[in-house]
Amino acid sequence: MFAEYSSSELLSIFAMQGVAGLILFSVFVLMALGLAIIFGQMGVINMAHGEFMILGAYVTYLTSNVFSTYLPDFFSIYFILAMILAFIAAAALGALVEWSMIRHLYNRPLDTLLATWGLSLILQQLYRTVFGAREVGVTLPDWLMGSYQLTETIELPINGLFVMCLALGISLAVALLMYRSRWGTQVRAVVQNRPMAGAVGINTAKVDRITFALGCGIAGVAGSAFTMIGSTGPTSGQLYIVDTFLVVVFGGASSLLGTIASAFSISQAQSTMEFFMSGSMSKVLTLLFVVVILMLRPQGLFTLKVRR
Amino acid sequence: MTTTLPSTAPVKSARSKPWKKCLLTLAASLAFSGAQAEVNTTGLAVTDTTVKVGILHSVTGTMAISETGSVQAEKLAIEQINAMGGVLGRKIEYIQEDGASDWPTFAEKSKKLLVNDKVAAVFGCWTSASRKAVLPIFEQYNGMLYYPTFYEGLEQSPNVIYTGQEATQQIIAGIDWVTKTKGAKSFYLLGSDYIWPRTSNKIARKHIEKLGLSVVGEEYYPLGHTQFNSVINKIKLKKPDVIYAIVVGGSNVAFYKQLKAAGIDMTKEKPLVLTISVTEDEILGIGGENMQGAYAAMKYFQSLPNDNNKKFVADFKAKWGKDTVIGDVTQAAYLGPWLWKAAVEKAGSFDIDKVRAASPGIELTTAPEGYVKIHPNHHLWSKTRIGHARADGQYDVVFETAELIEPDPFPKGYQ
Amino acid sequence: MSSMLSSQSMASFLPKKEMLGFVVLAFILVVVLPLSLDIFRLNLVGKYLTYAFVAVGLVLCWGYGGILSLGQGVFFGLGGYAMAMFLKLEASDPESTKIQSTPGIPDFMDWNQLTELPFFWQPFHSFGFTLLAIIVLPSLLGYIIGVAMFKRRVGGVYFAIITQAIAAILTILIIGQQGYTGGVNGMTDLRTLHGWDIRTDNAKYVFYFLCVFMLFVCLFIAQFIRKSKLGRLLVAMRDKEDRVRFSGYDVSNFKIFVFCVGAVFAAIGGALFTLQVGFMSPTLVGIVPSIEMVIFCAVGGRLSIIGAVYGALVVNFAKTSFSESFPELWLFAMGGLFIAVVMAFPNGLAGLYNTYAAPKVDALMDKLFAKKALPLVSVEAQKADTQHAPIKNTEIKKSAADSQTMPQGALHE
Repeated sequence: MFAEYSSSELLSIFAMQGVAGLILFSVFVLMALGLAIIFGQMGVINMAHGEFMILGAYVTYLTSNVFSTYLPDFFSIYFILAMILAFIAAAALGALVEWSMIRHLYNRPLDTLLATWGLSLILQQLYRTVFGAREVGVTLPDWLMGSYQLTETIELPINGLFVMCLALGISLAVALLMYRSRWGTQVRAVVQNRPMAGAVGINTAKVDRITFALGCGIAGVAGSAFTMIGSTGPTSGQLYIVDTFLVVVFGGASSLLGTIASAFSISQAQSTMEFFMSGSMSKVLTLLFVVVILMLRPQGLFTLKVRR
Repeated sequence: MTTTLPSTAPVKSARSKPWKKCLLTLAASLAFSGAQAEVNTTGLAVTDTTVKVGILHSVTGTMAISETGSVQAEKLAIEQINAMGGVLGRKIEYIQEDGASDWPTFAEKSKKLLVNDKVAAVFGCWTSASRKAVLPIFEQYNGMLYYPTFYEGLEQSPNVIYTGQEATQQIIAGIDWVTKTKGAKSFYLLGSDYIWPRTSNKIARKHIEKLGLSVVGEEYYPLGHTQFNSVINKIKLKKPDVIYAIVVGGSNVAFYKQLKAAGIDMTKEKPLVLTISVTEDEILGIGGENMQGAYAAMKYFQSLPNDNNKKFVADFKAKWGKDTVIGDVTQAAYLGPWLWKAAVEKAGSFDIDKVRAASPGIELTTAPEGYVKIHPNHHLWSKTRIGHARADGQYDVVFETAELIEPDPFPKGYQ
Repeated sequence: MSSMLSSQSMASFLPKKEMLGFVVLAFILVVVLPLSLDIFRLNLVGKYLTYAFVAVGLVLCWGYGGILSLGQGVFFGLGGYAMAMFLKLEASDPESTKIQSTPGIPDFMDWNQLTELPFFWQPFHSFGFTLLAIIVLPSLLGYIIGVAMFKRRVGGVYFAIITQAIAAILTILIIGQQGYTGGVNGMTDLRTLHGWDIRTDNAKYVFYFLCVFMLFVCLFIAQFIRKSKLGRLLVAMRDKEDRVRFSGYDVSNFKIFVFCVGAVFAAIGGALFTLQVGFMSPTLVGIVPSIEMVIFCAVGGRLSIIGAVYGALVVNFAKTSFSESFPELWLFAMGGLFIAVVMAFPNGLAGLYNTYAAPKVDALMDKLFAKKALPLVSVEAQKADTQHAPIKNTEIKKSAADSQTMPQGALHE
């Protein structure tokens, strides 16, 4: 099937396809990081994760409206501010949800699943009531549009590069937080042994709340970034939920490194297959491939060894 | 709850023998008297001053995005008809039901409208799947559905008036235009993975091949798919003259945003993007700046410069807000109540069979899209236009077929 | 299985108190509803009851076995599609499809340029094969999934997410392979069963009663499982899987069995759905309907098979009436219901009944039946029978906590 192309064309195919894979990888990482923290560290299944992302997207939409109406001169930088606001809004909602719902349901993971599904329905209808059933268009500043011409045949989409940088930045920040901060040590202590962590004076309830809020906040940032590549509507969040969970579970729930590795392998598999066959079939095959591997290795790619 | 109407029960099937139907109609008409008997012989919800119709669209769920405009248009048309004195002297009252983007719910609600509410007509459905789900019910209980969406064809029910275009009307004119005016030689067909894009692309492919031109790729993605970088790479590689895109819903937004980000500037028309699925409604979500330069082939654009349309747009905005936009389907939904009114008045009766018999040949000179006429196959004769997307989310109409195009839901040579 | 069940006597299988539940349900479904509702509403009830099959299966899997499947829509869909394939073939006889380029095949195949019936459609000409397929296909798939997962001790949340992915896969496949499956439109316009018009009011009545009858068959099977040694083992496994395993039982086999039973129940429900609604579409297979089915079970009470039926009826009835009057509010109500049932009433309707109504009913029963009431039930059976002993919230919290400590606990490293 490569016969019809020249070698330089082939080279640029692989280069561009590689980039496409990397962008997909970054998208997956952004989607999954928040969930990996919540699910992996706390054991809570947050089915409303997609809706937290969409909250971030709507915050971005509102910010862009405010800027274009009142501060048109600063429009080019609104996106940065929007992401910060998205983080704050989603984290605040997350903390509220943790306080009112989740903290009563630790130890009942399947029940958190149902309760957060209910939450996701409520949020969807809330978005619909507030913003209307139609998708909203988020206007992007010019510097995020268009592409960077690397060679004559290879072009890199700038928003893709931006998503990649963002994914890298957030992953590093989360890694630093988890492994180089006092809070991270506390979180890991709580994950490994809750009563013991409590006994040495860690306020486990507070750690839980901050962890949940952080996970939701990252979802908000991801949603904000996704306004560049996807749609923003009341039900858009549901599109992401299956992929996100598979990425986290495939990686081995409690390992951040595993999440990143699984995002990488799933995204590469999918984008490679997409090039050789139709989109629908490659999606089916990717899902199937993940499910089969999970059946063979249920603990996921990476596991945290914990003595219990 | 326990009301079963004696008069609907006998009319079980549209397929029952004609003489039987005549007898039943006769028997039923004897049961009524006075002014009602002249206009209503099948136990419909018609009184001396009112007539009930149904509106059946999704107000909730994923399809609510698309169907909102249709609901608004139908309500506007009903309001205007009432302001003019109604139909046969009767004010129209509508009963609105929510299909909730769920096909079994559509079936359930349509049955409620026909059996319990006994509406004289239903304006509704948007997706093919919802229409397919309610179709057997309309045929069984002999109802009348006015269906607004452009769709894949391959259907012709005595109980449906299709006010949108069927696939060939939309596709062939568009492809002819792009080959003649733009000199296009090669096409890349792209769509969401379900029946309408697949059937449409099938017709497109046959027509393209008939013209001696080439299809260099054909590709489908699941509904709701949001990552199009791979297919965009393939498109860049194959260098087609035209990307023929039938992507729908949320995928649309992702596709056009990513297309633009990947450096394909549609205003340069290399390649040119021709779509049949993006109306002004969808552009709201995609963002005008991401869609600028694309072409769309459909029968109606909000910017159509005729007087009917100017009045329609003004009325629509006066009722639903100045920021609302009107797409092809919204306009087609607006036609439904008017076509029904015309048919009822021609028949002099609300009776479904008489309305059906009166429908072919009904003309509407006041349609926003211009002049339309119902074909005996229950579709509309209509013109197809090509719109060129502007940055503000509207289309400039750059081409219009000279003649009305005959609807052909079962096109020979395209199957 | 039979040997372990043989010692059960009728009375312990269905003690008087539980008998009351069955009798009342039967009275409502067979007498009250058909007499008080017109055929349109009754047909709706019939549709809701098909979801009850799934909910009853979920009570066994989730309430008793601790296996939460978020992919029951897959089995519902398998049953529904098997029935729809048969009916579609009957509706596509050469006479009524003569305008097609290939008469005699379903219309959607013709649109997709298929010129002959695919091989896997052929056997569905036979009604017997179809009925067999409705039972065998889902149990086969359930068995494969079960073996792959439970033998490797995948459980809890992992199982839930994987079943969800399977539902996603099947939906994409059905929609993508529209030449073979009817795609997103599903299989519509189903007309006759052996020449008998299934769209008439008479047929609707027949299907309603068939549905009620089959539901009771499933309820009795579920009750039988619940009361058997298997039922007690399931509860034991849910609460402390390792202990059961160390007692020498092969835990995974029991899980596989009960999962298959749930799958078959769901498939029967799906087949009856097709008969009553007249079509089958991928919207009933996907993730959203699958999760909704779980809520029917949760609302009814995850430990009560009778409750599951009420749960399916109540939620769907609320959905229909809510969406008729306040479509905007429906999702709020549904979402609130999910949260409320988890946070405040983990035992659902059955829990409420047991806490508030049961003592009074029991007193009344005792008065009516005086002394004959309960001596046949052994103390042990009563203990295992968690349904009718009022469960306190703390108890279920604890049991769930034991079985599903996350994430490594579920894997039993």
